[in-house]
Amino acid sequence: MSPVSAVVRRELRSYFVTPVAYVFLVIFLVLSGILTFYVGDFYERGQADLQPFFVMHPWLYLILVPAITMRMWAEEAKGGTLELLLTLPLTLWQAMLGKFLAAWLFIGIALLLTFPIWVTVNYLGAPDNGVILAGYLGSWLMAGTFVAIGACLSAVTQSQVVAFILTALVCVLLILAGQQQVLDFFHGALPRQLIRGAMDLSMLHHFEAIARGVLDLRDMLYFVLSMAGWLIAGVLVLNLKRMR
Amino acid sequence: MIETNRLTRRYGGLTAVDALSIRVEPGQVLGLLGPNGAGKSTAMRMIAGFLVPTSGTASVCGYDVVRDPLKAKRALGYLPEGAPSYGEMTVREFLQFIIRLRGFKADTGFRRFDEVVQRLQLEDVLGQCIETLSKGLRRRVGLAQAILHDPPVLMLDEPTDGLDPNQKHAVRQLIDTMARDRTILISTHLLEEVHALCNRVVIIACGRLLADATPAELERRSRYHGAVSFSAPGSGMSQEMLGRLPQVAAIEVDPLDGRVTVFPRRGERILEAVEGLLREQGLEVSEIQLERGRLDEVFRQITTATGDESVASQEDAA
Repeated sequence: MSPVSAVVRRELRSYFVTPVAYVFLVIFLVLSGILTFYVGDFYERGQADLQPFFVMHPWLYLILVPAITMRMWAEEAKGGTLELLLTLPLTLWQAMLGKFLAAWLFIGIALLLTFPIWVTVNYLGAPDNGVILAGYLGSWLMAGTFVAIGACLSAVTQSQVVAFILTALVCVLLILAGQQQVLDFFHGALPRQLIRGAMDLSMLHHFEAIARGVLDLRDMLYFVLSMAGWLIAGVLVLNLKRMR
Repeated sequence: MIETNRLTRRYGGLTAVDALSIRVEPGQVLGLLGPNGAGKSTAMRMIAGFLVPTSGTASVCGYDVVRDPLKAKRALGYLPEGAPSYGEMTVREFLQFIIRLRGFKADTGFRRFDEVVQRLQLEDVLGQCIETLSKGLRRRVGLAQAILHDPPVLMLDEPTDGLDPNQKHAVRQLIDTMARDRTILISTHLLEEVHALCNRVVIIACGRLLADATPAELERRSRYHGAVSFSAPGSGMSQEMLGRLPQVAAIEVDPLDGRVTVFPRRGERILEAVEGLLREQGLEVSEIQLERGRLDEVFRQITTATGDESVASQEDAA
């Protein structure tokens, strides 16, 4: 068995022996339901799709993903197990990848558990299930990017609270950068290219494209590259700490 | 085999380990001795590949820890200071995690697991969460983790720190049974440990190597080496006569229990002379002892020697 899968297994198990996993699952499922029906006007729209459901995901992830990733490295650094882990025969890369995959898979499980809403919309009407699948894929890719950000920033500090706040901060910036209101606010004050660039960097922009059912390679690439970038940064941070 | 060559680590302006060169061969149990903050743990962390050396090199079984880290780590069993482990895991889960991570095949993995569990007597706590275990048990779990892959090189950072005397004894026995044809490096600030375990001692302070010798050689440096101490009531007269013996350098009397210690001149043996004199005087000696030398005194002498001296000896060594 490769070291990566050993780390994935350990991490996943550690989610489920502490209440973190269950609390996360319950909050995620309840909130995604409530937001979809009350804030998203699921019924009143009269459309058989899951747009109101997916639209809420960035905001849910904003709070819930940092809560999952904050302990990733901070806890290991504080408890001294970092020394144990990094003196076992695995590379920093493998450790980082294992931890990242575990958290990403976990959110994948949470997403799968939202299937009742998919059942509901199929019962009520005849939605385009291809678009819904794309929505799930986009949501999961976006969650992966949040997790990668959290993984990197958890390596920066020994304090889980600091890791949480830093991650939430970066994530909120990446979401807001694509909000139409924010872009309008800077319209005129900033050059058009800069605003265009901010929009390209924004997660929301790419997520909404995928969630509409448009599987553009560039949007997928955006998420994959973001994940890779943040994970590389995380490994560099860990390596820097070994040298400093 | 462990080898370091002018291994150095700086934190900002502070030099934690300063050009440390040691070589530990199979069959040796080397005790790394030094006051708190001497750089023992930092040196071990570099050898284990957790910290990157500022300069100099370290290798385990010939594998450089920076250039060939995975091979070096595979050859090494390491118990970090304080025996950290994942508290929320059970002992079984934790050891299985290590087995998986070290890439054992299922059958060898099971065999090693059983062997190590038996060796460290962990059978009864396998299903218990590590955070609920006593300090001694947790240390044993940490040791189990270090020896799971039957490594040729073992490095233990304060393996008996904080254990009760029985637990210390058990851990020492374990290390003793593993010592044959393995390379073992332990750090400690307990001098009794050196006697019990090590056949070689390296003393460091402020990151510098100050002494490299066998425990017996170190004891020989002690003022107490070859001294004779005895308890005999009413020995006041004889003390004066002892002082006049040509081989005797000094006499000290413990003000509390009246125990007399007679120090020899350099290279002299005084046991027979002292015994003879006491017999002549017809004193009732309740107990008499030839001192081997006191490590704690030598340790203090070496580690508190002022900078100049230690620098000089360091330069000699280099």
